[in-house]
Amino acid sequence: MNLETIRYSQDENGLVTLTLDDPQQSANTMRQQFVEDYITVVDHLEANQKEITGVIITSAKPTFFAGGDLRELIAATPDDAPAFIEFSNRLKRAMRTLETLGMPVVAAINGAALGGGLEIALACHYRVALDNPATRIGLPEVTLGLLPGGGGVVRVIRLLGVIEGLTKVLVQGQQMRVTDAKEAGLIDEIAPNTEAMLAAAKTWIAENPKATQPWDARGYRMPGGTPNHPTLAANLPAIPSTLKSQTKGAHYDAPHHIMSAAVEGAAVDIDRAFEIETRYFVDLVCHSQQAKNMTQAFFFDLQAINKGGSRPDGYDRWIATKVAVLGAGMMGAGIAYQCARSGIEVVLKDVSMEAAEKGKAYSENLVKKAVQRGRITQEKGDALLTRITPTDAYTDLAGADLVIEAVFESADLKKQVFADTGPVVNPDALLCSNTSTLPISDLALGVSRPEDFIGLHFFSPVDKMPLVEIIVGKQTSDATLAKAVDVVLQIGKTPIVVNDSRGFFTSRVIGGFVNEAVAMLAAGINPIMIERAGSKAGYPAPPLQLVDELTLTLPKKIMTATRAGVEAAGLEYVPPPAEPVIDKMLEAGREGRSGGAGFYDYDDSGNRQKLWPGLFDMFDIEDDRTLHADDVDQLRDMSERMLFGEAIETVKCFDEGVITSYADANIGSIFGIGFPAWTGGVAQYIDQYPGGTTGFVARCKELTDRYGDRFIPPPSLAARAETGEPFRPPGAR
Amino acid sequence: MADAYIYDAVRTPRGRGKSTGALHTTKPVTLVTGLLNAVRDRNPGLDPSAVDDIVLGTVEPHAEQGGVLGRTAGLAAGFSESVPGVQLNRYCGSGLEAVNQAAARVRSGWENIILAGGSESMSRVGIGSGGDPWAMDPATNYDTSFVPQGISADLIATVEGFSRHDVDAYAVESQGRAAKAWADGRFDRSIIPVIDIAGQVVLDRDEHMRPGTSMEDLAKLPPAFAAMGQMGGFDAVALQKYTRIEEINHVHHAGNSSGIVDGAALVVIGNEDAGSQFGMTPRARIVSVAAVGSEPTIMLTGPAPACRKALDKAGMAVADIDLIEINEAFASVALKLMRDLGVDHDITNVNGGAIAMGHPLGATGAMLLGTMVDELERRDLNTAMITLCIGGGMGIATIIERV
Repeated sequence: MNLETIRYSQDENGLVTLTLDDPQQSANTMRQQFVEDYITVVDHLEANQKEITGVIITSAKPTFFAGGDLRELIAATPDDAPAFIEFSNRLKRAMRTLETLGMPVVAAINGAALGGGLEIALACHYRVALDNPATRIGLPEVTLGLLPGGGGVVRVIRLLGVIEGLTKVLVQGQQMRVTDAKEAGLIDEIAPNTEAMLAAAKTWIAENPKATQPWDARGYRMPGGTPNHPTLAANLPAIPSTLKSQTKGAHYDAPHHIMSAAVEGAAVDIDRAFEIETRYFVDLVCHSQQAKNMTQAFFFDLQAINKGGSRPDGYDRWIATKVAVLGAGMMGAGIAYQCARSGIEVVLKDVSMEAAEKGKAYSENLVKKAVQRGRITQEKGDALLTRITPTDAYTDLAGADLVIEAVFESADLKKQVFADTGPVVNPDALLCSNTSTLPISDLALGVSRPEDFIGLHFFSPVDKMPLVEIIVGKQTSDATLAKAVDVVLQIGKTPIVVNDSRGFFTSRVIGGFVNEAVAMLAAGINPIMIERAGSKAGYPAPPLQLVDELTLTLPKKIMTATRAGVEAAGLEYVPPPAEPVIDKMLEAGREGRSGGAGFYDYDDSGNRQKLWPGLFDMFDIEDDRTLHADDVDQLRDMSERMLFGEAIETVKCFDEGVITSYADANIGSIFGIGFPAWTGGVAQYIDQYPGGTTGFVARCKELTDRYGDRFIPPPSLAARAETGEPFRPPGAR
Repeated sequence: MADAYIYDAVRTPRGRGKSTGALHTTKPVTLVTGLLNAVRDRNPGLDPSAVDDIVLGTVEPHAEQGGVLGRTAGLAAGFSESVPGVQLNRYCGSGLEAVNQAAARVRSGWENIILAGGSESMSRVGIGSGGDPWAMDPATNYDTSFVPQGISADLIATVEGFSRHDVDAYAVESQGRAAKAWADGRFDRSIIPVIDIAGQVVLDRDEHMRPGTSMEDLAKLPPAFAAMGQMGGFDAVALQKYTRIEEINHVHHAGNSSGIVDGAALVVIGNEDAGSQFGMTPRARIVSVAAVGSEPTIMLTGPAPACRKALDKAGMAVADIDLIEINEAFASVALKLMRDLGVDHDITNVNGGAIAMGHPLGATGAMLLGTMVDELERRDLNTAMITLCIGGGMGIATIIERV
């Protein structure tokens, strides 16, 4: 056999070991060559089954198998459908042959088995996994807008049943730890080390000389029943509604197809079920724009960022050892937790010991919850907390090689705090400010070495939000930027890099979303409908709810600063349609959630209730609850106003050099400011719009005609639309 | 063009749709044979072999009420070998659909006399037991924004602003009217008691009624569809289409929704010749019929557009209608129909409705028609309009005129 990606060995007892080891990649993937090799091996096993007693499949890489070849998948066009169907069917036939030959096949899962990797393991009769806390097992294809097209849908349903299979594995693409995967029924056994794993595999083979899959055994009953079984039939109607409830009105191709393939496949025999799975798979691969968007964002762009895409070259990797967190409020407390979790010593400083200890209590609470959920051991939790030293004295900051300031949003206060900190910490300590609006270059003037000063804009809540927006000041050096990227990665966050300017990237771009939604109120649109339009567009938090979280004073501050800037430049300030709405609300004392009342009402504990009914009077909105014939069109306009508002602002950010990386713009928008995931990010949104930049700009004209000049596309984009060039140049970072 | 007349209307009483219900041990085929025998007995001049068809609506046409029940029952009743049968399904509107189709066929001049109605043994063949891709096929369900009808009813209440008090008050009135109508004997002409093989009466009155039901009684019932709305995601589906509503006000429960019951009904429809030929006196004329499609997620708002279509066809206005019968699938459906047409409760469902007496899915439309024929005669009034809301977002209506 001429194999490139699989090593075949057979011992004197007829036990075959297949070691997956792709010479061209650091992880095994389901590329064309692998599939050919797999088919070749299966043919060989079938031809020689008399001499073979069993098969162990394992990997020579740190991971078991990484999944489909996304480079191939993202390039697929509608014309490739027949080829993908053929490819899919050949692989599935081979997997089916392997599991029906009768010889026992065991997967020895030595590392991560995600997507295609788990599919290969599911086509084995027994699965033993190495007990490694870093290993993840699952079928995350849905998160890339795809579905497990290597028999994953079909086999998971036959193993776990329709409801369990959909909710625990397929629709959300959970990436499970080994213990959770065993509990879910995806793997059979956990081994403490490699020898034990292989021994367990051998033992199972010896004890099961003839093996069949559960679904091929006589008397097999699908767990939970097939679709025409009354118990499952009664629950079928709630499957799509549960999905729609989870996606809040946004349509996602992949979970829709997964749900359909799962149920439709459960109604027929397994071999016909594979055909159904293939159809839905190929539709996503060849026809779904969302699949292209999400694969680009969550695989390629995210990978580029995590490999330090925006990090200047030529600087050695830097590791922080001791961080001075200034300010123990919510942000500071969260930053302290994040740093301590990553092994960094933390000194958490505030004006009083009481405030500092309160900040540490935040971490104590998070640790308690994590231990309760079995996420970390008590020992590890205690060690984390030991790393955090609360203090009210600057002297305790000595020895810090990293400073992250998170005090009240006042330039004077921040400068003061840095002035006091500078002399105490290491003379070459990295100096970072977690400001969301104050210009970094100005804050840098308050330190003696502005080249070491940089912005690290965290998002709230810090332990949940993956993004950090790194802001490069006018004087910030490349070396500093490299260190900042390193430390963000060190603490497990995702860095994007932007240049100093008003609103940076995230706060500025989100303004596009917020302004449109708030402006709709001014135009007398029902606020309930505004929120629904936001959810339908795919925003995880609807706009008026989001503004309440941010507090209305924030957009007001930005608008005030914009006015000052515009008027200082001698130009006329045109207030955006949102401004009078914000003003009215602030006048009425409704500044948002923290103030107890905003667009929504809040109870005494700060829990959101319903939209404030007073909005109807204040903005002269009719309480009409009916469905209108043009609602679909109106909702589309509303959703696209929000999306276009952010996209146009993004183009301006690129034009002005605020941001230079398209990957950063995409990931930053999704992870930091809740831009809908199906779009692939705010820059991708433009290119994936029907008709590309040409279609996008044509729609800009429609929106301009209907809603105003703010939708006029920047000249740089209009120019691209002429030729149909994409916004993101091919190959651009 | 020939006219289509209603010569006779018969129905079984409605048994509770549970295993403890009076008609639970009566086979579906027997419910229908009983009515065929009654038609034969009450119309001795009618030659059964002259009947052109037996059209029966059944919404779960499988198992014991599967096949073509009308034909099967016709054979079982020895009605006449030469009379064919056909089964139809327009969900809850089936009984009236059967009547409307029969009327159209007679009016066409191609046929003379047809028995039309419906039968449903909900205690034996449960609602939904036959499956339905609209609800059960995930892609179809998703693409058409399906929600179960109870959610739709609550959605109507929310859109229209009907409170829990409003729908409960309607239900109390329905119970009161039904009790009085039974006490007055207003159904006596059409009710055919179900008799068993030993000659004993199995059931002779609608047993689902709870006379004396009060607001306090109903207030104790929790909303029946709140849990499925919230946990099943159906509220979300509805609100994603009805985007001006913040949340659904769940107000319906078993006490203000139609009862699940067993029952069957038949209407004798024929042209003028059939009357003279078989010594039957026409009681009413079918003036116009209509069926419409309407918004499927709110599902139950089809009656008003169906009524308007029937009125237009008849060249009539709402004010020309003396009595209205709207199936009380849920209280909000009746309240909405009255509001949409601008009619009062005093001419609507004057003898109570399905909230009190039950809704044997495939049969109800024919039962309501019979009720109207009887009541027009009793009150010496002229015109009635019968309408039902229907699953899938449809509506059906029939206008009759006493002759």
